[in-house]
Amino acid sequence: MIKKNTVLWFIALSMAILLTDSNLYAKEVNVYSSRKDHLIRPLFEAYEKETGVRIRYITGSEAMLFQKIKSEGKNTPADMLITVDAGNLWNAAKKGLLQPVQSQILNRNIPDHLRDDNNQWFGLSIRARTIVYRNDRVKPSELSTYENLGNPKWKGKLCLRTSKKVYNQSLVAMFIAQYGEEKTESLIKSWVSNLSISPLSSDNEVIEEIGAGNCEIGIINSYYYGRFMRKYEAHAFPLALFWPNQGENQSGVHVNISGAGITKYSKNKKEAIKLLEWLSSTKAQNLFADSNMEYPVNADVKPHEFVQKWGNFRQNVINVAKAGELQKSAVMLMDRVGYR
Amino acid sequence: MGFYLKFFPGGWRIAVFSVAMLVAVPVLVIFYSLLVPTDDVWDHLVNNVLNNLLINTFWLVLGVSIITSVIGVSLAWITATCDFPARAFFSWALLLPLAMPAYVLAFVFIVLLNFSGPVQSTLRMWIPPEYFWFPNARSTWGVVTVMSLALYPYVYLIVRNGFITQGMRTIEAAQSLGFDRRQGFFKIILPMVRPWIAGGLMLVIMETLADFGAVSIFNFDTFTTAIYKSWFGFFSIDAAAQLSSILVIFVFIVIIVEQRMRAKMRYSQTGRGGSSVQLFKLNGVLRWTLFGYSSSVLLIAFIIPCIQLIIWTLNVIEHEFTSRYYELLTNSLMLGILASLLTCILALIISYAKRHHPDKPTGFLVKISTLGYAMPGTILAVGIFIPTAYVDNLLIALSMQWFQIERGPLLQGTLLVMVFAFMVRFMAVGFNSIDSSMHRITKNIDEAARGMGIKGFNMLRRIHIPILKSGILTAATLVFLDVMKEMPITLMTRPFGWDSLSVKIYELTSEGEWERAALPSITLVLAGLIPIFLLMRKSDKL
Repeated sequence: MIKKNTVLWFIALSMAILLTDSNLYAKEVNVYSSRKDHLIRPLFEAYEKETGVRIRYITGSEAMLFQKIKSEGKNTPADMLITVDAGNLWNAAKKGLLQPVQSQILNRNIPDHLRDDNNQWFGLSIRARTIVYRNDRVKPSELSTYENLGNPKWKGKLCLRTSKKVYNQSLVAMFIAQYGEEKTESLIKSWVSNLSISPLSSDNEVIEEIGAGNCEIGIINSYYYGRFMRKYEAHAFPLALFWPNQGENQSGVHVNISGAGITKYSKNKKEAIKLLEWLSSTKAQNLFADSNMEYPVNADVKPHEFVQKWGNFRQNVINVAKAGELQKSAVMLMDRVGYR
Repeated sequence: MGFYLKFFPGGWRIAVFSVAMLVAVPVLVIFYSLLVPTDDVWDHLVNNVLNNLLINTFWLVLGVSIITSVIGVSLAWITATCDFPARAFFSWALLLPLAMPAYVLAFVFIVLLNFSGPVQSTLRMWIPPEYFWFPNARSTWGVVTVMSLALYPYVYLIVRNGFITQGMRTIEAAQSLGFDRRQGFFKIILPMVRPWIAGGLMLVIMETLADFGAVSIFNFDTFTTAIYKSWFGFFSIDAAAQLSSILVIFVFIVIIVEQRMRAKMRYSQTGRGGSSVQLFKLNGVLRWTLFGYSSSVLLIAFIIPCIQLIIWTLNVIEHEFTSRYYELLTNSLMLGILASLLTCILALIISYAKRHHPDKPTGFLVKISTLGYAMPGTILAVGIFIPTAYVDNLLIALSMQWFQIERGPLLQGTLLVMVFAFMVRFMAVGFNSIDSSMHRITKNIDEAARGMGIKGFNMLRRIHIPILKSGILTAATLVFLDVMKEMPITLMTRPFGWDSLSVKIYELTSEGEWERAALPSITLVLAGLIPIFLLMRKSDKL
């Protein structure tokens, strides 16, 4: 009967796919990435063209990719793990998924505070988490620090993204690193009491709500602002970025990274390190950062013109690894004060 | 198939046992976590968030159940029995929202109902600001509405099947017994289609409990949120698995209760109820009211969101459309077809086994096989991934040891594992619809057929398949659509460089890029229409 044929056909097809997939190529690098497909594809294509090395990759969320590498163990096909947020990279290293890499090139190209002490992971682009405000209702002189957003004068004017997003977890973790739990808890509590609407599910919505006038200030990664302003160039939304904590004794703007490391059981370690070094080079850094309006980690490389217009800022130079170390405490703290 | 039975009396039981075991592996891997001692993450969740989550989850499930049953049953009833304008059109069109994933509907609604969205902007033009009030869409009612609109078709489809198969003659009989239309509906028809309502509602509840996409767009905290938080925020897969196990146990209890209720009822229609039966004639006002009701549901749940998606797509299509979309589309379609084939075949086997062995052990195995549906896809993906990786590592070690051959993983990153994962996840969908129609094959039918000398394979082909056809078609369609819409399992188990439409949507929506997500979304919706059309064309002929 037809049914029987379909089953046979189905099995044959599966087997065919099953067998063709396990071929090994001479020169290739396999990448697991939580950085989005459209951001890494152009880079990989450029590298393939330049070197002839084949790059295969899959994207997915961090926790999933980590679990994948962990269950695959020694036989993992992954050579490199690319992910966003230092907290995630720290966790990958802690779970023993990565291996130390000694490379003069990487050490030279990437500042100390943006890579792991044991060289297990390396930042490849900087993402600044900063303040966005409505410049028709708020004067920049009224703004100063992250802490200031808890001031009662902002009651009903603040919009935040959900605490479930790792960017906020890292931000709060960095506060804990600087101020300790107690002070951070009262700070976050003051933020929550200033919220105009309950926390939103994306940075984009924070910007949109400010644009719509439902709130006046918020915290976002600068590239979301860039995307929004570019998309609505014609609308001229009254929105601007503010770089907080720039005073002399203040910490500087909270920065996070997207970065990468070589997996512990990489089979193409040499090629993978070459790719990693290339990603930190002047040649690739612009492509890496500009594609998403982020900041390059390599000091020799300038950010995109459009990004330069937002002005210069001093960044917080505490090692971003703290974000991982204190992520759990940060999530618990936000749960306690009712920051959803 | 009775033919096989004679030679292998235990055949069915072995079949159902193997399927149940296969499905049970991932579920058991997750359950294993219950043996791991709880950590501080667990304590933290229990002390600080769980209370609130349980209340939220309760309201969500209750709200969605009530709304989907009211909408689903009423629409099924009027399209099956009442004569009103465009009835034939609505009977299939009301299924269209099946093609619309809840997470897509969620982001479209948020944007439409935003302060700056078209609905509020228009209202503000008409209503002076001092009287103007608009409920916040990012609230319990918002989530409940969106989930209900996305899920009511499950109830509608299955209950409508019930009305049609249970036959209009029953209604006529009720009238001849002196019940008026309303009494007939509430006293006779509704109790009679209860198994169908329960079957549809079961799917709705499981889908609601396992949903993460839509609730996260609303930032609405449910039990699933805690599971994700444990894993993604605390990196504690154990706590995540423990929470999932509790969720599954809860669902298991619901299933048992539901089946107890079902077991008390006997229902088999003699003769075939058909569309040849006269529809209720209604007066003009009522006819147009029904028309208005049906069209508003269709408008809100499907047409308006589609228009919004199309508008966005037109804005971005220049930059977004590449030839890759063909690949994404074919991948999605192929995955849907393979998974629904496998699921339906196995669901049919299980359903037969249950029919031949209506005993407790078989019943238990059947329930085990449908549990994957209640588990959030992400967690189930882990449950599938761990054993697959284990088998792979074992095979690699063995091939080294015995043949000194070094080779890569055999199973991981293959479509086989993906399709298997989907089978585990959506077995309940396939099984529920097939099993509902299996109830229609009574012992009388079998005996009559046997009396006419039809047996074995012929019985299956000539008697059973025609009766089961609509159930199988429904099952295949639902599984196909579910697979195409599914995100976490696809993300976790797919091969290198293999993307589907839902993966694309995930990438874009997780960054709030709704406008750019419109193109893959509308493509997914349109692709989903194909099986719905097929289903409606075929099932109308029955």
